[in-house]
Amino acid sequence: MLRWATLLDLLHGAGTTLLISLLAIALGVPLGLGISLARARRVPVLGTLCAVYSSFVRASPVVLFVMFVFFGLPALGLSLSPYAAAVAALALNTAAFNAEIWRAAILDVPRGQLDAARAMGMTGGVTFRRIVFPQIWRMSLPALVSEMTLLIKASPAIAVIGVVDLTRKARQVAAVTYAPLPPFFAAMVLYAVTLMLLVVAARGLERRVRARYAL
Amino acid sequence: MSFRWDVIWRELPQFGLGLANSAWLSTVAMTLSLLLGPWLALPLVSRRPVVRRASRAVVDVARCVPFLLLAYFVYFALPALGVRLDKWTASLVTLTVYNTAYIAEIVRGAWAQLPAGQTEAARAVGFTGFRLVRRIVLPQIALAAGPVFGNQLIQLIKDSAFLSIITVPELTYAANAVQSFYFVPFESFAVATLLYWALCAGVEQVVRWSEGRAQRIRYGA
Repeated sequence: MLRWATLLDLLHGAGTTLLISLLAIALGVPLGLGISLARARRVPVLGTLCAVYSSFVRASPVVLFVMFVFFGLPALGLSLSPYAAAVAALALNTAAFNAEIWRAAILDVPRGQLDAARAMGMTGGVTFRRIVFPQIWRMSLPALVSEMTLLIKASPAIAVIGVVDLTRKARQVAAVTYAPLPPFFAAMVLYAVTLMLLVVAARGLERRVRARYAL
Repeated sequence: MSFRWDVIWRELPQFGLGLANSAWLSTVAMTLSLLLGPWLALPLVSRRPVVRRASRAVVDVARCVPFLLLAYFVYFALPALGVRLDKWTASLVTLTVYNTAYIAEIVRGAWAQLPAGQTEAARAVGFTGFRLVRRIVLPQIALAAGPVFGNQLIQLIKDSAFLSIITVPELTYAANAVQSFYFVPFESFAVATLLYWALCAGVEQVVRWSEGRAQRIRYGA
């Protein structure tokens, strides 16, 4: 069976998975918003670059993307430590998907509201802060959370650059103890519990948002 | 900073082989999942609460597990239970099992969207059980959920990259082999990204084409 020390080892791996995923989410969600704004406002050059970036990143597997960031970017003069590369890769990856979610919400804001805001004398920045953003974050919340669960499920990819996350830890424990079943089962349970907690928390938040803003 | 695209050009056959392996693994797994998924969807829409809740739990937990962890489980843990698979079989089994849980959920979702009156009408003219599902329910699900199946196939292609970690020579593995042998990381990963992009664009094109056909089949020309 699973020894206490092994379980602690796995929990340590789970901590790495959670920490790196949370950092990636904290960076990726606003970055996605930036990308979607550059596209929605049709900023010259930058808007096109963001569209191309979004298209390629969404088509590339996370494993490949992580290796690209860690091994490929030094050729452009940007070297990162494995942990920094892991966070950067996951954040850049999830940002591309978040950008699509934000974009759909931004395009959903009625044109008349923007015209009215301008008629009232609001500048672009103020309109975004006071009119657009308060609406789009509520609309995007469910999709953003579902993307977060996808990110956590894709996070084992960071093992290819030597970061020991939960999946890698389970594999190591299995290799050392010659008993692969307990660590893999324990890891599955940890993932399932984490994701379900995230989904339950999101549902609670959505319910409160609906109650407060009467959507 | 000088790029060596000539190396990539010379190693193009290796990339091509990797791309072919990624493509056939995903396609075969998707075909198997499409055959198996509806069977798994049946208990999900069962009238018996026990069956429904139990299958619900299985599908939910399966969808919470990262692909790589399942691949490790199939490749490294199943031998402990006396099931020893080579890496190709293990890959196909992992891809199929993982994908089937998602397909079952998609089928259930599309099933729930069908008007209840239809099933009642079909029952009224004498369709029952298996024939009802095969002749009335499944064709409509296939037409309605086409784009969703396409997205799932793209997800599957991207998940298959994890198989490089258990040394299956698919596209990501090929890119990594070339980059570490010649030390051309940027060029190699850039080409692999382009190939994945082309593969996914191809899938999207097929989905768009079949969506047009589905519209014509459903609503006439």
